[in-house]
Amino acid sequence: MPEYVVSVGMEVHAELMTESKMFCRCPVGFGGMPNTRTCPICLGLPGTLPVPNEAAVEMVIKTALALNCTVPTDSVFHRKNYYYPDLPKGFQVSQYGETNPIGYNGFLEIPAADGGTKRIKIRRVHLEEDTGKLMHLPGGGSGVDYNRAGVPLMEIVTDFPPDIESPDEAKEYMSQLRAILIYLGVCDGKLEQGSMRCEPNISVRLKGSETYGTKTELKNLNSFKSVQLGIEYELKRQSEVLEAGGTITQETRGWNEQTLSSYLMRVKESEADYRYFVCPDLIPMNFSEEKIEAIRATLPELPLAKLLRFENDFGLSNYDAGVLVSEQYWADYFEKCVELGADPKQACNWMNGDFARMLNEAGQVGLVDGEGIEDKPASQIRPQHLVELIGMIESGAITGKIAKSVFETCFATGKLPSTVVEEEGLTVISDTSAIDALVAEVIAGNPGQVLQYREGKESLIGFFVGQVMRKSEGRADPQSVQAALRDALK
Amino acid sequence: MSISLDEVRHVANLARLQLSETELLSFQGQLNSLLGHFEDIQNLDVSGVAPKPHAVAMQNVFARDIAHQPLPREEALRNSADTKAGLFIVPTIIEE
Ligand SMILES: [Zn+2]
Repeated sequence: MPEYVVSVGMEVHAELMTESKMFCRCPVGFGGMPNTRTCPICLGLPGTLPVPNEAAVEMVIKTALALNCTVPTDSVFHRKNYYYPDLPKGFQVSQYGETNPIGYNGFLEIPAADGGTKRIKIRRVHLEEDTGKLMHLPGGGSGVDYNRAGVPLMEIVTDFPPDIESPDEAKEYMSQLRAILIYLGVCDGKLEQGSMRCEPNISVRLKGSETYGTKTELKNLNSFKSVQLGIEYELKRQSEVLEAGGTITQETRGWNEQTLSSYLMRVKESEADYRYFVCPDLIPMNFSEEKIEAIRATLPELPLAKLLRFENDFGLSNYDAGVLVSEQYWADYFEKCVELGADPKQACNWMNGDFARMLNEAGQVGLVDGEGIEDKPASQIRPQHLVELIGMIESGAITGKIAKSVFETCFATGKLPSTVVEEEGLTVISDTSAIDALVAEVIAGNPGQVLQYREGKESLIGFFVGQVMRKSEGRADPQSVQAALRDALK
Repeated sequence: MSISLDEVRHVANLARLQLSETELLSFQGQLNSLLGHFEDIQNLDVSGVAPKPHAVAMQNVFARDIAHQPLPREEALRNSADTKAGLFIVPTIIEE
């Protein structure tokens, strides 16, 4: 079969982390009893007047700036008209036009396969409102919950022609975008809960062809893995259809997590007729240069920039740096350790190794300070614990092996490593006479191996070192032990 | 500028209105008379007038992001034709 290439346009919806809804002051939340967060405005009752949430507008400006977009001086809200029971007003407030959205003509950089970065052009970042939730009831009828109706929703759309040219790049785009939104504090990025949703438009064409194929839209992608698998599946499916002489129809397909395949949801028979017009209830917005610059000044270092800096400044591997920057609090934790004097590579190894595993098992998070994140309490291990532990290994005060058990005690009790070492008498045995005594014991106990060693089987030194270390309960310094053994075995 | 009977039918369908042929014809006439007024406006010389994005001459009316008490659920559901388990009940939707 000739080679087909895939092109992907991404449409991402992100619920903004505001306290209240977009045009009314109903609280925003997840879960809870249906229809307990509504009011006349978000229920679309007649005679109500919506007022936009300023925090939501600022969050979108912030995102637009982080995505290198132009923020216009003037921007308005439009009504997108259609009927569906999850839309109580009969229209969704959104933003229409090329240069009207709060952000347009930007880009996001993703790590490229060759080690550099690749730009994915962003066409628009606009603000709208979420819909309610529909559920089918056994025995007929559908139930509607309007708790989500009117929650501030940001839509981020990539440009055409698409820059995303593989399932991997699509996953990378989503992962970078999610990290940016979380770093900005505008969205919690929970794909599985639907606070961040992505709908890729996927088309294939013969390699070398200039014309883009007909695209299908894929829905129900609830994880990065499904984004990647879903696009891989569509690439294969569409290529096979074309290869068999068939045609691709413009349709919406759903992703099935269980069967790992896509299924037809609906065929797009005609372009929807939304009859956009400027919402007469909502007053036009004007963003002054000062306001935009004030928001720009609050932008944090973004994940990819941080990752590259960790690689360059600290010599960390791409993988390790990636794990550290995957959550801002984790990157902050690492930087605090380095700031307090820890060797960056050691700090990274402990953090991404034992510490991460223990946090995971205990259902905790590692924080510089603070009580915890959501339902996860903060570990008692703070950066100063880790820094002290690493320092004690480096200075030779404790062995790496002892350090692990010290760390476990610290993790459980919150005590500082120095305290644990002192209380349990775990310092390294550097006293030569103590080591010599252990060496003598081991030599006396293993006459056979001693003979073999003296006859030239020098590889047995490892065996002897192991024996001495065991007798010292891991407290002897392996290098001193080896030196003492070589002396004694001469 | 005028609107065809098919366009009236299309717009009525988008608005979920079921109109008889007589009603369609009647609305076509009314809409065309409205469009006639717009045609008059279009003939005006507005070359010196800056376009306005909105009919209201105001800017930046925002609310602070502070959540208020929402409606009690019974109140919210009170006008609904049918409810069940705290949900608004609508005819079955066969999509998604
Ligand atoms: Zn409300």
